[in-house]
Amino acid sequence: MADQLATGFAVLTVILVLAPLVAIFAYLVLKGIGSVNLAFLTQIPKPPGELGGGMANAIAGSVVILAIASLLGVPLGIGAGIYLAEYGRNRFGDSIRFVSDVLNGVPSIVIGIVAYAIVVLRQKHFSALAGGVALAIMMVPTITRTTEEMLLLVPNVLREAAYGLGIPRWRTMLSITLRTATSGIITGVMLAFARVAGETAPLLFTAFGNQYWNWKLDQPTAALPLQIFTYAISPYDDWHRQAWAGALVLIILIVSAVAAVRFAVRRGTLGGVA
Amino acid sequence: MANQALPRPRLTGPQPVVGQEVKTRLNPLVKSSDGVVADRIFGWAILGCALVVLGILALIVWQLVARSQPSWQAFGWKFFGGQDWDPVNDHYGALPFVYGTLVSSLLSLVIAVPLAVGVAVFTTEMCPKWLRGPLSFTTELLAAIPSVIYGLWAIFVLVPILRNYVQPFLAKTLGWTGLFTGPPFGIGMLAAGVILAIMIIPIISSITREVLSVVPQHQREAALALGATRWEMIRLAVLRNARAGIVGGIILGLGRALGETMAVTMVIGNRPEIAKSLFAPGYTMASVLANEFSEAAGDLYLSALIEIGLALFLVTIIVNALARFMVWSVTRGQPARARA
Repeated sequence: MADQLATGFAVLTVILVLAPLVAIFAYLVLKGIGSVNLAFLTQIPKPPGELGGGMANAIAGSVVILAIASLLGVPLGIGAGIYLAEYGRNRFGDSIRFVSDVLNGVPSIVIGIVAYAIVVLRQKHFSALAGGVALAIMMVPTITRTTEEMLLLVPNVLREAAYGLGIPRWRTMLSITLRTATSGIITGVMLAFARVAGETAPLLFTAFGNQYWNWKLDQPTAALPLQIFTYAISPYDDWHRQAWAGALVLIILIVSAVAAVRFAVRRGTLGGVA
Repeated sequence: MANQALPRPRLTGPQPVVGQEVKTRLNPLVKSSDGVVADRIFGWAILGCALVVLGILALIVWQLVARSQPSWQAFGWKFFGGQDWDPVNDHYGALPFVYGTLVSSLLSLVIAVPLAVGVAVFTTEMCPKWLRGPLSFTTELLAAIPSVIYGLWAIFVLVPILRNYVQPFLAKTLGWTGLFTGPPFGIGMLAAGVILAIMIIPIISSITREVLSVVPQHQREAALALGATRWEMIRLAVLRNARAGIVGGIILGLGRALGETMAVTMVIGNRPEIAKSLFAPGYTMASVLANEFSEAAGDLYLSALIEIGLALFLVTIIVNALARFMVWSVTRGQPARARA
C-alpha cells in the first residue's frame, strides 16, 4: 500500500515538474512564432505606443556584447584550466579551484555591480564594453573548470610520448593535450556561452539598453534579454507581443548554438574525448 | 578513445627513424634549443590566467567593501534592521529586502524540495531504463532557460492562474492561517516563490540524482533481501544513505534562489513592505538592485545599494560553500554506511 502510494507520488512529481517546461515551450512557440517576421528582425523599436518595429538593434547588440565577453573570457578560462590541469596539483591549484567554484555561485547582479564600478564609473557612461566585461567574468569559472576536467581525461601516455620525442612542454600542451581535449573544451565553452547569452541582470546597469542602433563599444547598447525585460513589464500589448517574439529568438539562438557544436563534435571533425 | 585524435601524420611513422631524420620529421614541433625559454613564457602566461581568476574574486570583494563604506559608516548594523527605504530623505534600511529574499527563497524550497527529490527518486529507482535518459535531459532543459524568459512566462501565464484559481482556493481553505489573506493580485510573494521553485528544481534534482546513484547497489539488494518493499528499500537504504548529499543539493538550490533576480523582479510586486500574507507584494535584495541601481542619484543611495549587494554576495558564498562541502562529503567521501 505504502509502496503504491510512493510510486504514485513519484509519478505525480514528474508530471508536476514537466508541466511548466512543456507550458513554457508551448507558450514561447505559440505566442512568439506569429511575431517573428522580417520587420521584427530588421527594424528598431518604435516609440512607446506605436505599433510595429522590431528588435534588430537588440539582436546585433547582444552579438557584440557576447563577442566581447567571449574574446575576454574564453582565453582566460582556457589558460587557467590548462594551468590547473598541468601545474595545479598543489595548494595553490586547490585555492584557484575553490575560488572558481565560489565565483560560479556569485549572483549575476552582483557581478553587474562590479562591472559598473570598474568600467562604467571610469568611462562615465554605460557601454557595450562594460556589459561584455560582466559576462566575461561569468564565463571564466565555468570554462576553467571544464577545461581542467577535459585535460585531465587525456591519458598521460600522450604527454610522455611527446616529451620522449623531445617536444617542448608548451608545444605538448598546445598541440597534443589541448588538441586531444578540444571537443570537450568546446562543449564547456558553449555551455558557458549559453548561460551568459540569456543573462539580463548584469546588463541592466552596464550595457543599459538603447532604442537605436549603436556600433560604438563605449556607448549604451541594446541587448536582446534587456529588451525582452523592458517590453514584458511595459503596459503595451504590442510590446508584450514582441517580448514573446524576442524570447523565442533568444531561446532559438541559445539552443542552436549549443546544438551546432554538439553536432560538429559528434561528427568527429574535431575529434577527441567526450 | 583519445588515441585517434593524435596529430597522426606528424607523430607516427611507418618505420623507425633515427638520428637527424627524427629532427626533420618533427620539425614543426621541435625547435632545437628554444624549448626552455618558450616553456617558461608559456608557464608564466597560463599562471597569469590562473591569477586573474583569483584577481576577479579579490576585485569583487574590494569593490563591494570599498564602495559600501559610506552607507556602512552612516547606518552600521542598523542598516539591516531598519524598515525605512527612503531615497528622498537619504535614509536607508534594508530589512524589507532581506525579509523578501528569505521568505521567497524558503517558500520556493518548500515547493521545490518534495518535487525535485520525487523526480530524482523516480529517475534513479523506479522508471524504466529507456525513460531515464530523456527524463533527466528534459529536467536539465529547465535549467537552460534564461531567467528573463521565466519572468515573461510568469507574468502572462503563471500570475493569471494564481490570481484566478490558486489564490481564491488557498484563501478559502487555508485563509485562517493568516498566510493567505488579502486581495488575490496574482503578483506578489507567492508568485515569486512558485517561479523560483520551478527554476531551482533542476539543480536540486540533478544533484540528488547524482548522490542517489553513488549509494552502493548492495545496500539496495540487502534491504530487498531482508524483505523490504521497494518503497521501504528506497527509504531505508537509499534516502537514508544519501541524506547529507540531498541536503547539500537543497542548499545549493537555496543559493541559486537567493541571488535570482529577473524572474523575481518581474512578479514579486516590488514594494518594500513586510507583510505576513504571501499574497502581498514584496521586494528582494536582488530586485531592488535591478530596479534602482541605474537610477540611484546620490552617493549614499548608491552606497546603500552596493551594501545590499555585498550582503547578498556574502550570504550566497557561505550557502554555496556549505552545500559543496555536504555534496562532496557524500559523493567523494568514504563508502556509505548503513545507519539503521
